[in-house]
Amino acid sequence: MMAWREAGEALAAGRAGLVSLWADGPRARLALLLDDTVQIVDHPAPDGTFPSIGRLHPPAIRLERALAESSPLVPLGLPDTRRWLDHGENPTVYPFLPVKGRHLHQIPVGPVHAGIIEPGHFRFTCDGETVVRLEERLGYVHRGVEALMAGKVPAEAARIAARISGDATVAYAFAFARAVESVLGVAVPPRAIWLRALMAELERLANHLGDVGAICNDAAFGLLLAHCSVLREEVLRACAFAFRHRLMMGCVVPGGVAVDLSREGEARLRALAARVGAAFPPLLSLYDRTASLQDRTVGTGILRPELAALWAAGGFVGRASGRDFDARRFTPPYEALSFSVPVLEAGDVDARLRIRAAEISESLGLITQILDRLPVGPLLARVPAGAGEGFSLVESFRGDVFFHLRITEGLIVRAHARDPSWFQWPLLEAAIEGNIVADFPLCNKSFNCSYAGHDL
Amino acid sequence: MRRTLLEGLRRPLTEMLPADPEMARLGLTLERAARRRLGRSLAIREVDAGSCNGCELEIIALGNPCYDLERFGLSFVASPRHADVLLVTGPVTRNMREALLRTYAATPSPKWVLAAGDCAAGCGVFAASPACMGSVASVIPVDLVVSGCPPTPARLIAALITLLGPG
Repeated sequence: MMAWREAGEALAAGRAGLVSLWADGPRARLALLLDDTVQIVDHPAPDGTFPSIGRLHPPAIRLERALAESSPLVPLGLPDTRRWLDHGENPTVYPFLPVKGRHLHQIPVGPVHAGIIEPGHFRFTCDGETVVRLEERLGYVHRGVEALMAGKVPAEAARIAARISGDATVAYAFAFARAVESVLGVAVPPRAIWLRALMAELERLANHLGDVGAICNDAAFGLLLAHCSVLREEVLRACAFAFRHRLMMGCVVPGGVAVDLSREGEARLRALAARVGAAFPPLLSLYDRTASLQDRTVGTGILRPELAALWAAGGFVGRASGRDFDARRFTPPYEALSFSVPVLEAGDVDARLRIRAAEISESLGLITQILDRLPVGPLLARVPAGAGEGFSLVESFRGDVFFHLRITEGLIVRAHARDPSWFQWPLLEAAIEGNIVADFPLCNKSFNCSYAGHDL
Repeated sequence: MRRTLLEGLRRPLTEMLPADPEMARLGLTLERAARRRLGRSLAIREVDAGSCNGCELEIIALGNPCYDLERFGLSFVASPRHADVLLVTGPVTRNMREALLRTYAATPSPKWVLAAGDCAAGCGVFAASPACMGSVASVIPVDLVVSGCPPTPARLIAALITLLGPG
């Protein structure tokens, strides 16, 4: 077992990636990724303190700020001790970092900001049109998810897990179920394992289609939004037909899945895959041939590969900046399926869009493979009462979702969820530097971080 | 190439909507006032006051060519100062309470509030959380509630049309 200090040094040296950091009773816990394996490192804190990891490795800072305000533990040496998710009694007061320099002005945006979007505050410091620094303030949709899950049986807590980030409801329910199953030793029936992957790919497909359209729309190219949003709508309607819910909320449950796929549902999904497979390539070709659109996306909002690696950024954010990681490689039934993980180095808005486009094509292939080989049999295994702890890492459309659970007598004692956005939001601050204010919506959409998933 | 793509959208993708008798009944008291003051046009400011973003996905879908909300004279605006209607989602979080109150105050009268989704209606699965205030109605006056987790685009449109009154 790796020691706390050793783990901090491995993270700082780039030998390991940070997965999460949280408090569980009188100990601080750290999950890190070492050679594609998640390891949990504990630091018992009988005196209520532990050495800050954020001091050595900045990606841990926001996690430790959230930890410090929600537990009695104190991270010693944490460089930033401001509140993070819990805004306290007076949410309107927040000490933003000081900015000094000639000719600088600030633009405060949010929490209620333009568009149909989640709330967050963005404090831009600009020199003319150029963004010199962006500071984010998040936590507005903090609903106390982790505290709410404590004391509940897994079936009840699964309803909350499915509502941590609505756009990734399948991935969250999947991650939560796998964590429960690893703690309680549940053998999930093969058909359920394959149906989960089918739903996860449909969710990825719907979100990527929506994102590609929305990114182009933020570059004032509304035609692609119109086409992509029709395709997204067709995916959601097929999901509603096959699984009785447009977003497939509540379909993945601990022990298996709650809904079966009928023959009619299967036929509908096959038709959907064929339809999207035929309709999407001409749209991508239009993107390829429209110089005025690429003028906005190429070279905009560059995230350097070194930063993506240091922050262990997941999803299209990491993969567009050279980080070749996809949790599906370690999640059943994907070991039995054929798919490739696209990786690019450019790190700009264009690269993040192209990763999504490539993943749309991979997801369509996966959907067809799953439908071809879907096992028959039961959908749900019994979830026994038991005790222990366990975790899971599941690839949502935006990156890996981590869930850690400690269960006693069949009740959840401590649940911890870490959205991929935790390591993407801070990189957006870096990617926007030197870009113009008008390109912020474009950059923000290309990252599409979850506010709800991050704020918990 | 572009011509082909434009042609692709010219097919009749936009759909007729089923009438919702329940919504019509709920809106009877509202519609006369709304119609008299605003005619057939409503500007909507969406406010996420703690949603999981599921409701936002379906509200965004209202703009796609299948639902095409703007054909009803309904449009989303960037500022509450331009809005007639606040479309509020989420179990109002403690962290969003002040922002919601200020957004409501910034919206000129006459104004209407539509609380969308089970969380906005009754705090949903977050009802027991000390980090949440409760339903939207516990923070600002609400005129119409649309249930659902999340409400489907068809239900959301029916509710918005209810605010406008029958054509």
